[in-house]
Amino acid sequence: MPDIGLAATTTDTPVLQVDDLTVRFKRRNTDVAAVNGASFALRRGETLTILGESGSGKSVSLKALMGLLPGYAQVHGKIWLDGREILGLPAAELAKLRGGAISMIFQEPMAALDPVYTIGEQIAETIVQHEGVDRRTAMQRALGLLERVKIPSPERRLKNYPHEMSGGMRQRAMIALALACSPSVLLADEPTTALDVTVQIQVLLLLRQLQQELGMAIVFVTHDVGVAAEISDRIAVMYAGRFVESGTTREIMRHPQHPYTQGLLASTVHGAMRGSKLETIPGTPPNLASLPPGCAFAPRCRYTRDACRTGDVPVITSPTGAMVRCVRATETVPA
Amino acid sequence: MSAAITLDPRDRGGPAQPLLSVDGLKKYFPVRGGLLNRQVATVQAVDDVSFSVRKGETLGIVGESGCGKSTTARLLMRLMDPDAGSIVFDGDPVGERAGITVNEMRRQMQMVFQDSYTSLNPRMTMAESIAYAPRMHGTPRKEAFDRADTLLAQVGLNPRQYARRYPHELSGGQRQRVNIARALALEPRLVILDEAVAALDKSVEAQVLNLLGDLKSRFNLTYLFISHDLNVVEYMSDRVMVMYLGRVVETGPVEQIYRRPRHPYTRALFASKPTLDPDRRTTEMPLTGDPPNPINPPSGCRFRTRCAFAKDVCAQSAPPLAAPLDGEVADGPPHLVACHLPEAQAAMGANTHA
Repeated sequence: MPDIGLAATTTDTPVLQVDDLTVRFKRRNTDVAAVNGASFALRRGETLTILGESGSGKSVSLKALMGLLPGYAQVHGKIWLDGREILGLPAAELAKLRGGAISMIFQEPMAALDPVYTIGEQIAETIVQHEGVDRRTAMQRALGLLERVKIPSPERRLKNYPHEMSGGMRQRAMIALALACSPSVLLADEPTTALDVTVQIQVLLLLRQLQQELGMAIVFVTHDVGVAAEISDRIAVMYAGRFVESGTTREIMRHPQHPYTQGLLASTVHGAMRGSKLETIPGTPPNLASLPPGCAFAPRCRYTRDACRTGDVPVITSPTGAMVRCVRATETVPA
Repeated sequence: MSAAITLDPRDRGGPAQPLLSVDGLKKYFPVRGGLLNRQVATVQAVDDVSFSVRKGETLGIVGESGCGKSTTARLLMRLMDPDAGSIVFDGDPVGERAGITVNEMRRQMQMVFQDSYTSLNPRMTMAESIAYAPRMHGTPRKEAFDRADTLLAQVGLNPRQYARRYPHELSGGQRQRVNIARALALEPRLVILDEAVAALDKSVEAQVLNLLGDLKSRFNLTYLFISHDLNVVEYMSDRVMVMYLGRVVETGPVEQIYRRPRHPYTRALFASKPTLDPDRRTTEMPLTGDPPNPINPPSGCRFRTRCAFAKDVCAQSAPPLAAPLDGEVADGPPHLVACHLPEAQAAMGANTHA
């Protein structure tokens, strides 16, 4: 377990544990290594944010956990949900888990919700499917869920179709749907990216509050450093399908160790930078179909040395559980 | 801001003449429906918007979706016709007998869009795309292509490597550089950047913002920088204009708007910004609900339905843009706010700046 940095701070058994997850998309002419050995664990009530840019493998990781990848994707590793191994379960078993013990919210609620059923019908359907209760009870529960996610006039909204709602309202409805069967793990794939900033903060605060009330663990995927700082207990920074650094939100935001994390934070624009040139990370992320040997960030890194281009990059774990995957970290004493 | 050293032979009005003045711009879209497809409602996308852009400055326009910022840009470029309002480019009314034609204006005013892929023709190489507009305007083929190579180099792409490539062969950041090169091909004086970095990853966004800064001083450009990203607008702009539901609610120099916003909406917008500091997380929602539908905007002040200070007067009439009511006056371009209530403008507490 190379990336064990995310566990080991408590004796609680994790609700979700992922060991050495790899995902390859292999087809006739292409072989894309999207996720290359991701490991993490999270406890009840904990929020882990996977922070990364497009193509880093963050969304693919989530889809692998949900079993949502296409047939030609080769998924390896181990995934335990509530102590049960779920990778490779038969489709019927997996369908019982999805929307039950583990559920997911997406960036585009319009694409995730069914346009021809009302919000109430969609939520009730999930409850009937998973718990076998009658429709009336399920509808009552759906009403309670809409109240819980603070949708105004919930009785009326129950009868709304997705297109009759605003963007923020749809996102709340999707959260209600995901929480319908009290999942122990909620996967959130950029759920606030398409929202306006005044609505985004409402959804983030709502997720924080729901988590306190319901105790589910959240894996939150985003490219936005500010959103990560608002929502996470821990942050894992992903680059070219690997975690390059992980730690508490404070550790990552205040004392980033990996050159990529440092570059990402430095190039995130804020007002104080007015009049000065922005620090940038030169170049572009590597092609996942032909990853360089050694550290995938080496071609863009200002500290690159020979050791970076060959063999495995050492992983350093600090006593607090923070992890960094960098040749340089073996030489400097972490702050 | 003082970059308006007027060596440009095309300069007509001198440094005091705004490069662009917009007065009373208005665009209503009809909403059709029902059996006979009759007009059932109107979207008031841009409603009586006036502003000016001075030579050499960057005016930032911020606002949430539906506030009219992109419609404003399209109206300026005449990608659609306004229902009312006048546009004056360096003293010349656009599209009027006494002024310049839309085509003449477009030669001096160009635009970069958010989606770098759909704004390039997939069947044209990068050099063809960049050379297209100059050739349409009469530049000989050889000259236009030579110039395309120069422009590619100026936006940081090696012409030998990229001139013959097609859009699908480039990354998003590279394509956006090509779009910028294409916008510069006619040597415009004003460039409208409509969410030009919104689709880029943060590390690439920083590269493109640096490039835009370099090009601005190199070619004496004036920018209209439209974005929903408050941090990027603060970084780029000299002056800022905040829009809400088709109207301007506040405008002024960037420091004044960001350090001491007066309009309750501007304050709520800034307070909604994620903090970047795990020890100072947002704990209260600055605003509840989504922006109302622009099909039936509230009467009077359009923000009143979400405003904590709203009074009867706010429903009765739309507040005009005027100097803040709490007295503080600063030098330079005016700080204007559209709000009836002095107490709403003076309210502090919304901690807006990190």
